Amino acid sequence: MIKKRYDLVVVGAGPAGSSAAKRAAEAGFDVLLIEKRQEIGDPVRCAEGAGKRGIKRHIKPDPRWIAAEVRGSRVFAPDGTRLEISEEGSGVEVGYVLERKIFDRVLAEEAADAGADVMVKTLATGLIRENWRVAGIQGRSLGRAVEVRAGLVVGADGVESMVGRWAGIETTLAPGDIETCAQFLLKGVEVDDYCEFYLSNRLAPGGYVWVFPKGDGMANVGIGVLGSRSESGMPIELLTRFVNKNFPSARVVEVVVGGVPVCGPIKRTIADGLMLVGDAARQSDPVTGGGILNALDAGVIAGEVAAGSLEKGDVSREALKEYEERWREKIGASLARSLVVKERLVQLSDKDLNTLAHSIKDKDIARMGLFDLLSLLFKTNPRLLWSLRKLF
Amino acid sequence: MTVRVDRYRCGYCGACVGVCPNVAIELVETWVAVNDELCESCSICVKICPIGALEVVGG
Repeated sequence: MIKKRYDLVVVGAGPAGSSAAKRAAEAGFDVLLIEKRQEIGDPVRCAEGAGKRGIKRHIKPDPRWIAAEVRGSRVFAPDGTRLEISEEGSGVEVGYVLERKIFDRVLAEEAADAGADVMVKTLATGLIRENWRVAGIQGRSLGRAVEVRAGLVVGADGVESMVGRWAGIETTLAPGDIETCAQFLLKGVEVDDYCEFYLSNRLAPGGYVWVFPKGDGMANVGIGVLGSRSESGMPIELLTRFVNKNFPSARVVEVVVGGVPVCGPIKRTIADGLMLVGDAARQSDPVTGGGILNALDAGVIAGEVAAGSLEKGDVSREALKEYEERWREKIGASLARSLVVKERLVQLSDKDLNTLAHSIKDKDIARMGLFDLLSLLFKTNPRLLWSLRKLF
Repeated sequence: MTVRVDRYRCGYCGACVGVCPNVAIELVETWVAVNDELCESCSICVKICPIGALEVVGG
């Protein structure tokens, strides 16, 4: 099922890996996409919200993997002050609530349709090196040791990425660079078609609580806590408390846990013969924690650059700089901006958060995008948000 | 000293792997493997585990 040699081996069949594999396979290259789990997309480690426009840029919407559509977002300040932003304002990354188990599988199927070999229950355990470059992977497929040689390797192995570290790329997350998260999929809840966000240091230190509708009286209710302010097991404890208080009669039909990188753009995502994409490259948004769209964008770029480099027969770090430059051009500025905002947001007290909410609650913000909203907040509260001044 | 994983609690999310400064933890499909020789018991992984499945043991 797995050949001994490919042009490209992609480690990890999430949105980043599958889109890279698909692009390179479409360009006519021999691609292997491996996933360590026996099922693609499972277990889920995601709140499953993503903007409609972003998704549509990559794939035709399909009711099989759209659990719900939302009209906008409600953000609650610690004292309950409510701000409402419509979906077209794209104030936050919402629009669709996905069914990731199906979404991820469909993306992998598209890679397969494009000609890529796909293999599950196949783990990378190390890198093959040749003349100073990465030249394939060692691994285990259905429990058996395998060696697969490749012209190029893409590491799309998520928050727990090993591929980059094996190649000497520093991706370790400091506690303040990760949100530690827990989520229940609840059945028997009354929610409407809005995504809700609760900001409060009491509910979620350095993070937020989210309620994302999934249709049929179901919702993803979860919490992210900044790692540097968390203690062992804090997310699941705070989540249980929130759910008992706000959804006392709901039933828990799924538990999700995960870590979300919020470190902003890292210095380097390439090595000779290697590119990192998605959460492995720490491309998730430091404020929202959203990572799907950035993963898809970077995955496509990685697939195109892979095809180009293989075509020219040059997979050196110098040649792969094109990937580095293109993904930074596409999403780097927004990641860097989000990092500045996150670093300030996590310092604010509940009183500060209330002040910010009060300052704009009577203004017409429904159609504002996130940047305009931040700009308005800055203008109204320059002292509180002084560290954001360079953004505007 | 090393870190022990309570497999009954662990949700195998890999957050601990991402923060380990010594690359001593690996998420192998549905379990977390700790390399005792690399682990320096810094306990960062213990602190960030969302479900409280890790603890420093030994002395």
